Amino acid sequence: MRSRIIAPAAVATALIATLVGCTPGGGAAGGGTGGATGSQVNPTVTAADCTNEIKKADVPLVSVWAWYPNIATVVDNFNEGHDDVQVCWNNVGQGGEEYDKVQTAISAGKGLPDVVMLEADHISAYAIQNALVNLGDYGVDAIRSSFSDGAWKDVSQGDSIFGVPVDGGPMALIYRTDVFDKYGVTAPKTWDDFRTAAEKVKAAGGPLFGDLGANVPAVMMALQIQKGAQPFQVDAADPKKLTIKLNDSNSKDVLDFWAGLVKDGLVGTQDQFTTDYIAGFINGDYGTYTSAAWAPGYLTGAGVGEGASEGKFQVAELPQWNTSSPVAVNWGGSAFSVTTQAHDYALASKVAQELYADDASLEDGWKNQVIFPLNQKVLTSDAFIDNKSEFFSGQQANKEVYVPAANDYKGFVYPPIIVYYYAQLQEVLTQVNAGTLSGSDAADQLQKTVVDYAKGQGFTVSE
Amino acid sequence: MTHMTLERPAVVASTRGARTPRRRSLRSEQIGWLFVAPFALIFLIFLVAPLCYAFYLSLFSKGLATGTVFSGLDNYVKAFTDPAFLNGVGFVAGFSLVLIPLQMLLSLAVALVLDALTTRFARFARLMVFLPYAIPAVIGSLMWGFLYSPTFGPLSQITEALGTAQFLPLSPDNIFGALVNIVTWQWAGYYMIIIYAALQGVDPALYEAARLDGANAWQIAWRIKVPLVSSALVVILVFALIGTLQFFTEPQILRPIANGSIQPDFTPNMYAYTQAFSYANFNYASALSFALGIVVFIAVAIFLFASNRKRKGFSQ
Repeated sequence: MRSRIIAPAAVATALIATLVGCTPGGGAAGGGTGGATGSQVNPTVTAADCTNEIKKADVPLVSVWAWYPNIATVVDNFNEGHDDVQVCWNNVGQGGEEYDKVQTAISAGKGLPDVVMLEADHISAYAIQNALVNLGDYGVDAIRSSFSDGAWKDVSQGDSIFGVPVDGGPMALIYRTDVFDKYGVTAPKTWDDFRTAAEKVKAAGGPLFGDLGANVPAVMMALQIQKGAQPFQVDAADPKKLTIKLNDSNSKDVLDFWAGLVKDGLVGTQDQFTTDYIAGFINGDYGTYTSAAWAPGYLTGAGVGEGASEGKFQVAELPQWNTSSPVAVNWGGSAFSVTTQAHDYALASKVAQELYADDASLEDGWKNQVIFPLNQKVLTSDAFIDNKSEFFSGQQANKEVYVPAANDYKGFVYPPIIVYYYAQLQEVLTQVNAGTLSGSDAADQLQKTVVDYAKGQGFTVSE
Repeated sequence: MTHMTLERPAVVASTRGARTPRRRSLRSEQIGWLFVAPFALIFLIFLVAPLCYAFYLSLFSKGLATGTVFSGLDNYVKAFTDPAFLNGVGFVAGFSLVLIPLQMLLSLAVALVLDALTTRFARFARLMVFLPYAIPAVIGSLMWGFLYSPTFGPLSQITEALGTAQFLPLSPDNIFGALVNIVTWQWAGYYMIIIYAALQGVDPALYEAARLDGANAWQIAWRIKVPLVSSALVVILVFALIGTLQFFTEPQILRPIANGSIQPDFTPNMYAYTQAFSYANFNYASALSFALGIVVFIAVAIFLFASNRKRKGFSQ
């Protein structure tokens, strides 16, 4: 009797609970409310909504989401230097956490801040939903010379500019000097050298030479582009026309190369940005770390380079496929974008251009290894170029490796379906790591899934 | 409660006199609605309205490059032919088959033992068994994530000390068992309390009678206690079935450290979450949620039908 009353109630409860995941943010059934043109009236942000203290009253506020480790300092610097506008900053999460909130706010048609920090690879996904303002219309040309063409390309679609670059991630190879010395290997110039060195270390009973983390698909994408792959092309005139080539010979070569390293036990299969990976890295379980210019800061923050692992790291240029025509690639880096939900586009655009652009903030950023700035003011300054990196035991890492890599970077084309693509690439990499899928098969499978998805989303796809 | 307020005045009215029964019962009906109103309002706003809205959403489809278009039941057809969704349903179904019997046996056994004990230790043990349920699922999952960690976890250190191969609970082969362990740890205590409470409601005279008839402790447990708490067991099973089919928190929390063993489409709820909040596909996510709701509803209905028949068979 009792169970008979409880059961239907329980079923009903189950149904709600099932739906909780989708209802609250459910918003825009009308589709692309964020796409409304012109400025919308935001409920005015008040000083109470900000994480930072607003010291100047009666000045318009511009809301900003960002997660740079030193953003509090950066915001204070900006606010001190401006009497016409004040930044109201909040940190709503790093990377994926923030993107989930951004996407939800876009779908809901409200809830976005005026200015949002985005990694370059996510910009086109929001731009196609008309969620970002083309800064070309708001005086961004004035600061064009502050950044390289590659940096601008990453935040642009055709002629439209959807972000102001802040930091980048020119890629390089960090290695352990103790492992390299002990097993008599030198920094590999090519990927073939990389494999040879890995085999030598393994034959002598040494640690893994590197790691293929399935959860960092952006690295695989960059490494494929380095060999000449062109995974995505977006039609400049019509961003709904995509060219997707994820299984050409270059893409397959790179996947097969890494799958081979995994199969022969030369590199690890540990997900990165995890405590297990970092612990292994401190321990000397990995000879190298294929990473970007922000890595020293991240590693220092995670406790690498202290104690037993102090003074054990150096950085070399990323190995090449063809040393006669080296290719520089990038992983990560971010920009400030203005959202179409901003209440004053011009003012928001001013904030996007001037936040994290003053000398004090930039210096705080690079000296503390928090970011690798893309601002040419810094990239060409002697203090930055000649800086002796503490993490790399005094090596002039910027001069030798990172600045040349940043200058040679030509920019990538990121597709609007980047989130889905990364998730699928991660899934096939997991299978490659488990040994259940070959590199080439992974590329073929990926091509099929991603093309199907893109078509389902209404894109015109060429393969 | 509401039932009583509705019925009792009606009875009173009919006995008082036949002059104005209709008016009276009408007014009492209105009073009844007044009592129901606060609940009904919340029920409508937070349950019925979102359900309707989600269902409405699920009838449309939206692509990044297309607008939103009405698509009828297409999303449902897609869901029930989507390998990611079906694999997820298959996983939670298999998970339920292993987890629920295990959980119920364990909680029943503990409840019977604690019911039989009368020492002070029994109270302490009851609290300790119940304690994991008091820990939020997220915290519990994080704790187990630490215990399972190949670098920091004691499990791998123990296997290392024993000289056997390193035991990795989060590897693709072991993740099933690792999750069964977490959920059992978390919920067995709660189910134990429900069974224990039901046992407390049993008249001790029955035990005395059984003992006089020569039944031993085992026989009392199996022949008397278990049949008498069977309705509590049914409730537990329904709770567990519903909860397990909607499995979400534990795998979602462990995902970042599971090294790829847990993909975004691991369970149907995780898949719906990913569709909504990562791929911006709220419409398909709504359809997936309803599809899962249908699966849960069917599963519970089948079970209740089966258990009702069985119990009727017993009583005859």
